[in-house]
Amino acid sequence: MLGKRFNRMAFGSVVGVMLMAAAACGGGGGTTATEEPAGGASSPASGLKVGLAFDVGGRGDKSFNDAAYAGLEKAKTDLGAEIKELSPAADGSNRGDLLRQLADAGYNPIIGVGFAYAEDVKAAATEYPDIEFAIVDSASSAPNVTGLLFAEEQGSYLAGVAAAAKSEAGHVGFVGGVENDLIRKFEAGFDAGVKSVKPDAKIDVTYLTPDGDFSGFQAPDKGKIAAEKMFQDGADIVYHAAGDSGLGVFQAAAAAGKKAIGVDSDQRQTVTETNLQSVIMTSMLKRVDVGVFEFIKAFQGGAKGGQDVTYDLKVDGVGLATTGGEIDDIKDQLDKAKQDIVNGTIKVPSQPES
Amino acid sequence: MPAGLNRALLTLAGAVVAIVLAIAVCSVAIVAAGGDPLHALTAFFDFGASERAQSNSVATLFNRAVPLFIAGLAVAIGFRMNLFNIGVEGQYRIAAICAAYVGSTFVAPAPIQIAVIIVVAMVVGGLYALIPAIMKVTRGVNEVIATIMLNYIAINISAYLVRGPFAGARAEGELTVSTPPLPDSGMFPDLNFVFGWFGMLAPTREGGLWGFLVVAIVLGVVLWVVLERTRFGFDVKASGLNQSAALAAGVNPKRMVIAAMVLSGAIAGLIGLPEVLGSTGSFGTTFTSGLGFLGIAVALLGRNKPAGIAVAALLFAFLDRAQGPLQFANIPPSVIEIIQGVIVLLVVVANEVTNRFALRLEERRAARQLKVTA
Repeated sequence: MLGKRFNRMAFGSVVGVMLMAAAACGGGGGTTATEEPAGGASSPASGLKVGLAFDVGGRGDKSFNDAAYAGLEKAKTDLGAEIKELSPAADGSNRGDLLRQLADAGYNPIIGVGFAYAEDVKAAATEYPDIEFAIVDSASSAPNVTGLLFAEEQGSYLAGVAAAAKSEAGHVGFVGGVENDLIRKFEAGFDAGVKSVKPDAKIDVTYLTPDGDFSGFQAPDKGKIAAEKMFQDGADIVYHAAGDSGLGVFQAAAAAGKKAIGVDSDQRQTVTETNLQSVIMTSMLKRVDVGVFEFIKAFQGGAKGGQDVTYDLKVDGVGLATTGGEIDDIKDQLDKAKQDIVNGTIKVPSQPES
Repeated sequence: MPAGLNRALLTLAGAVVAIVLAIAVCSVAIVAAGGDPLHALTAFFDFGASERAQSNSVATLFNRAVPLFIAGLAVAIGFRMNLFNIGVEGQYRIAAICAAYVGSTFVAPAPIQIAVIIVVAMVVGGLYALIPAIMKVTRGVNEVIATIMLNYIAINISAYLVRGPFAGARAEGELTVSTPPLPDSGMFPDLNFVFGWFGMLAPTREGGLWGFLVVAIVLGVVLWVVLERTRFGFDVKASGLNQSAALAAGVNPKRMVIAAMVLSGAIAGLIGLPEVLGSTGSFGTTFTSGLGFLGIAVALLGRNKPAGIAVAALLFAFLDRAQGPLQFANIPPSVIEIIQGVIVLLVVVANEVTNRFALRLEERRAARQLKVTA
């Protein structure tokens, strides 16, 4: 008896759910139908549709990805472009699919932010030969791919000069997100910059995760522990190239009453926590925004890919942020170092010594 | 009404109620994130406007489901014996890199090449799972802790191998590292022709519809037969339900622990192969990680049965695929992870509730029948 009644109940709920699902689908169909003409009408006069796919960590990292987004937004305001930005799943498994979805939705050009896109941009560029692609931090791999590269070691050299000049203990630190060749460029430049001012300075170096494990770019807890250790050991300034994990470095600096150097964006401005802003002495700017915007502008002007564009100190593709005025007193020293690098008097290594 | 059908209906109703509840909870999350729930629901079914986009989307869905399905199977074998193999994550990563590397070192006709790669992956995965199994039977080390620790070791070893001994030539100006590429004979043929049967365009995405789907289906069927229709499967089940009873019935518990763990690890070894043999042709920095942990959720959701795991894997793949369309609909990507979490939680709760309900029904019926005969 009870069994029967329950069956009826179960059956009833199944049917009910199916009806609901059907209703949801029906309603959904309606939305899509009304959406399309609206989307078409709102497309700006320039007809430029720019797609951008973020790296793991996504938008809101107050650093690398946000810098790329700033360039995209500039294209929207200055060039009248219609823009769409997508973030990958936490495991990064759908990077390629994001590029394809943008291509299928009519976006051209499409930008992959981060070296991890290398293989996916290459594949997508082959599948969609009529669409122009760009990749940040990796070289061009096809005739319709532009590589947007940065001389991180040069900017990091300046960060090293600033850190050494400002360090009272003669002891600084470097926290890298993932131990790969890109982040090692930051370390190499920083190292050379510090040594150029204080040859006997002590530099603590920690990488949060080994190569291939990208979690180091989004682990503020690990960044905090690494920086805490450095501050306890006597370092008074820590430079990070660790994406999202940099937040932890700033937290550690705030707790220890010491200083930190941000990366990619002007983090003193982009970090929302006010208590953390004051610990960010300066930031090594990697003008991904300039790279992204210039690429879109060049595309509009009819430029084609197949080559790399390197943004270095000469074109202010890298540099130091001056927000807060904490490095104003060593401006001459920094300007001289910059001039020497631009002239070629100083050659900054892109691989750490050891 | 036969008890089996009763039970099946109950399960189905439980799952459906769980999904409806999940949609309700997620709607709240979507509204909180500033989106429109109806819009989001549409996005799940938005496979793209052009035929090309639709074919690619379908291929993406199945390509995502295949590794999840295999991961679910690997975890489920342990679960059926009350063995928590949390180490699937490490087992599949170390197996994938070894298989990809070995496969790149020689060239043979395709069937041999692929067979060798598959065997290497299964052997490495199985051997890596043998470590915690031996620790458990000889020293009583809890397999949960042992496998978690072994995950860290495996992840770091594979990260070391891919940039060191197993590293292949790196393209000029690229920062990603990977094992040397497999020869063409190592690439598993795709299943793009299937799309023709349905009058669809063949997918243009790299690798198309991965042929490893066939291996996964065969694996699922074989495993079902082994678990449900053989002495070994019965022993596994008996050991899981009641170890002392199984021992009394002549099942050697130590042997069972080792056999189940090694089988679980061997299947785990296959998780990475669809991707390696299907599109990338190598194990690199962008190799998909985390599938071992997702496999735990998939196995739970599928109640440790191959058919259920297949449904669960497809559900997960369906949700994952919508990451792009959801963002086109201005829904933040993190919401999708909330949805997955909520569904798994609710389905597990629903499973438990329906289980208890079914048990009570069974007890009452038995009581009633006893009264009649008395």
